[in-house]
Amino acid sequence: MTPPALSVHLRQALANFTLAVDFNAPAGLTVLFGASGSGKTSVIDAVAGLSRAAMGRVALGDQVLMDSKLGLHLPTHQRQLGYIFQDARLFPHMSVERNLDYARWVTRAPKDRVAFDRVVDMLGIGPLLLRRPNRLSGGEKQRVAIGRALLARPKLILADEPLAALDDARKSEILPYFERLRDESDVPILYVTHAATEVARLATTVVALDAGQVIRQGTAAEVLGDPSFAPGGDRAMGAVIEARVRTHHDDGLTELDAGGLPLLLPHVAQSPGDRLRLRIAAQDVILSKTRPEGMSALNILPGTIADIRMGDGPGAVVSLDTAAGRVLARLTKRSVHSLELRQGSDVFAVVKSVAVAPGDVGGPAR
Amino acid sequence: MTGWLGPEEWQAVALSLKVAIWATILSLPFAIFVSHALARWDFRGKQIANGVVHLPLILPPVVTGYLLLLIFGVTGPGGRLLDALGLGIAFQWTGAALAAAIMGFPLMVRAIRQSIEAVDQRLEDAAATLGASRLQIFATVTLPLALPGVLTGTILGFAKAMGEFGATITFVSNIPGQTQTLPSAIYSFLQVPGGETAAMRLVIISIIIAMAALILSEVFARRIKNRMEGA
Repeated sequence: MTPPALSVHLRQALANFTLAVDFNAPAGLTVLFGASGSGKTSVIDAVAGLSRAAMGRVALGDQVLMDSKLGLHLPTHQRQLGYIFQDARLFPHMSVERNLDYARWVTRAPKDRVAFDRVVDMLGIGPLLLRRPNRLSGGEKQRVAIGRALLARPKLILADEPLAALDDARKSEILPYFERLRDESDVPILYVTHAATEVARLATTVVALDAGQVIRQGTAAEVLGDPSFAPGGDRAMGAVIEARVRTHHDDGLTELDAGGLPLLLPHVAQSPGDRLRLRIAAQDVILSKTRPEGMSALNILPGTIADIRMGDGPGAVVSLDTAAGRVLARLTKRSVHSLELRQGSDVFAVVKSVAVAPGDVGGPAR
Repeated sequence: MTGWLGPEEWQAVALSLKVAIWATILSLPFAIFVSHALARWDFRGKQIANGVVHLPLILPPVVTGYLLLLIFGVTGPGGRLLDALGLGIAFQWTGAALAAAIMGFPLMVRAIRQSIEAVDQRLEDAAATLGASRLQIFATVTLPLALPGVLTGTILGFAKAMGEFGATITFVSNIPGQTQTLPSAIYSFLQVPGGETAAMRLVIISIIIAMAALILSEVFARRIKNRMEGA
């Protein structure tokens, strides 16, 4: 049985623009991606029913959550959500355990010790159960918040910039839990973020918003590998490729197999045979017309130029089809001219192994 | 205690405590409801409702007492209704409790409303996403988090009820054993020659009760705060 998908159709006049959003979020993790002020929060609030300002229709499978034409608006507490907020929002007057148990308690559901223990174990929050939220670190709070949302037995999980308030170390502590959610839970997850790295690592589907409009929709590889799509500016641009761990070398490097091409990067936690996702930032890729020799960079991917997009400034973005997938390279217009690059040219993309930042290495891809 | 206090004085203390406790207990649920409505709901006539609630704070107490007399006196519409129900309150301690409750009500509402407004609405939203209805959100999130303010309001209301004079004496008069509360008794003692010592004893008792109430609320407030910050 395929789990029901979330379908969203919303119209709302906001301060600077009109929100007009139509998309479907199938099972897996759908990232609602856009800069702050692009309308993401209005969308998620309408889906949750926390705001009634938007017109339109939101449905989960055949269950209608709202339909302004029918005057239908299911109250938030009847929508069976698991909402993970940026600021955790744990109840300060309850212990961690009572926070986790809150949804079951208010809905008068029977106690389910097995489900409770499973979530507590998965998130590693067993030692925190008797503490008060005020005594938790930011990362601990967010793990408890994830647990609390999961124990609500949601039919839809919403996450609003759940990592934005955390430092980088805490971010990489929490990210794997969202990967597990994506891979192990069969309810749709709608995940709001403005961080391209989270998109690359987590998204099954990407819905990119700009000024209230959906400007791109597709899989993470499709959307991030599209050189005309650079919501965070060209600097934030980077393609996503999938690879399999081949072996761990003694010198601390891990060798991956990306569509038959070997890739070396600093040791990753996955075991040989595991699949993972890599994000290769466009500005960490150099192009060469001949196979480079005598270079310190370890990763060389031969490919064919699919597209060259000249930017407004001195820069250009070249998209390259390689056996590993679509790779983007950001270079100057001058280089494009002097190397006589054009569509169909065969070139070599050089990626320094250290350029694949650990924060951008994702867990097993779907 | 009774050795030190004359029977009339003791009566006044006991009556005042009874009046104040009943006034506080009976008005607290209404005060919480009204505070929540004023803090969180939007409805027509909200400003008027707010004004009516605060009226006893601004009106001269004698005016409030007289209005109570007009409504709940023996010939007033409310009085006749209560009489028919066997609950006559004119010139009885229950009338004193009503006067005390009405005079303390705005003080309670002010404190409780403020503490409800200070509760983070984002926590209430979070509770809604977890399946809590509006009533459940109020009972499990809003009210517990507003508890310090509810406590302050209760103490203020109680203190006001203990000290109420003008409305009480206007509405239910000053009958020893029936409606003579602490302040009325102090007033009466001061009217007779040589009553100063008895009045002074009651003044001291008033101060002790007020201090005890304040200290008690402080202790509870600290306990609530500690519980919130957790171990």
